[in-house]
Amino acid sequence: MTTSTMPWESGGRPSDSTAVSTPAIQKLETATVTEIDLAQEFESSGVRGVLEELDRSLIGLKPVKNRIRETAALLLVERARKALGLAHETPTLHMSFTGNPGTGKTTVALKMANLLHRLGYVRKGHLVTVTRDDLVGQYIGHTAPKTKEVLKKAMGGVLFIDEAYYLYRPDNERDYGQEAIEILLQVMENNRDDLVVILAGYADRMDRFFESNPGFRSRIAHHIDFPDYTDDELLHIATTMLDAQNYRFTDTARTAMAEYIGLRRRQPHFANARSIRNAIDRMRLRQANRLFESAKGPLGVEALSTIEESDLRASRVFRGGLDIDIARDAGKQESQE
Amino acid sequence: MRVTQGAFSFLPDLTDEQIHTQVQYCIDKGWAVSLEYTDDPHPRNTYWEMWGHPMFDNPDAAALLYELNECRKQFGHGYIRVVAFDSTSGWESVRLSFIVNRPSEEPGFRLSRQEVKGRSIQYTTTPYTTDQPEGQRYR
Repeated sequence: MTTSTMPWESGGRPSDSTAVSTPAIQKLETATVTEIDLAQEFESSGVRGVLEELDRSLIGLKPVKNRIRETAALLLVERARKALGLAHETPTLHMSFTGNPGTGKTTVALKMANLLHRLGYVRKGHLVTVTRDDLVGQYIGHTAPKTKEVLKKAMGGVLFIDEAYYLYRPDNERDYGQEAIEILLQVMENNRDDLVVILAGYADRMDRFFESNPGFRSRIAHHIDFPDYTDDELLHIATTMLDAQNYRFTDTARTAMAEYIGLRRRQPHFANARSIRNAIDRMRLRQANRLFESAKGPLGVEALSTIEESDLRASRVFRGGLDIDIARDAGKQESQE
Repeated sequence: MRVTQGAFSFLPDLTDEQIHTQVQYCIDKGWAVSLEYTDDPHPRNTYWEMWGHPMFDNPDAAALLYELNECRKQFGHGYIRVVAFDSTSGWESVRLSFIVNRPSEEPGFRLSRQEVKGRSIQYTTTPYTTDQPEGQRYR
């Protein structure tokens, strides 16, 4: 019975057992986390997947992608530091996306929520998209509960405020937007661990918004600017969009599309990828119409999924834009003369 | 005397982190969580005051903790509990409720005996604190 390890016998010599086991355990615990393989973390957290998907599904947007990559790196390093017991402070991740219409701000915000979720920075990773109407109330005492309700819904995820500059209306000093801004700022500061706020809007108006609300600018660490797409990128986007809907261009149609993009850009209300999406919707309309009128007998897959040059050439863009715009431009020229 | 109502009341008070975990469990089950407060801890006092609406569409427990902290600012001297309501057909009732905030001092209950006909006795319990008017019971 000398080698006994029965639990009831260890009680007789408590000093022995604790003296031996405790340092051993401590040594073991520290040994397990003295180094962290960042590359492996990169793989296992699924961040690589998100970044690759981002690369694949978003065309262009180089600066945006770089910025997201940097953010991902920071969060991974921060996580590694935490695991090693180094001092770490949860980084502020509130962001502002500025750029012209149709440059992919909302799309990126959605991916951002997913990325932050995989990094364990937000717990749920859902995206709550709101505009001024959802935050600002209509009478005194209505704004605070409304804003708080939205903030609570977004906790654990990402709150995306589209066209954030509408929150602040300098022309009306009794505007309730100011109240919503104050609550937002307070929660952004105090509940940093619970939610990430992304503000989005057109660059010039956002600049004015930040100028009049300096508190916002300093609480947002990441200002990301979305550049306009080049003509080549837009053409690429158009083909990808068509592909996703099981359509394709003929060769002549593709040339016409490139020409279309160049012309459309110079006309008013150009909204980058959104304009392309609208153009594609109209092309499909014309294609359907053409098939309906010209088809004699049954149609195959080929006919149903081909966009021809004539479907594009019918567009008003090739005639110089909307009739109303042409008329206005003509009027302008007359008045100048 | 420690008031023991609802779940976990024989355990030490839950920390905020533990509350978060419990509430997240309720939310993940699809229950609507809400907060209620009172300063009358009588066991038959089932209807406490509601703090805000039940949260039917908040996916994260941080929202409830945010409200809990707001509620503590105002009623931190009384009792606050979390109520998780299951709205699925057939249940339609509270599935879990537990106290998340209690007064620093709980004086307990007075037991009064009333002798009635035929030497029988009727018992009544009254919280000592309800001698004070509402709002002045706990400091």
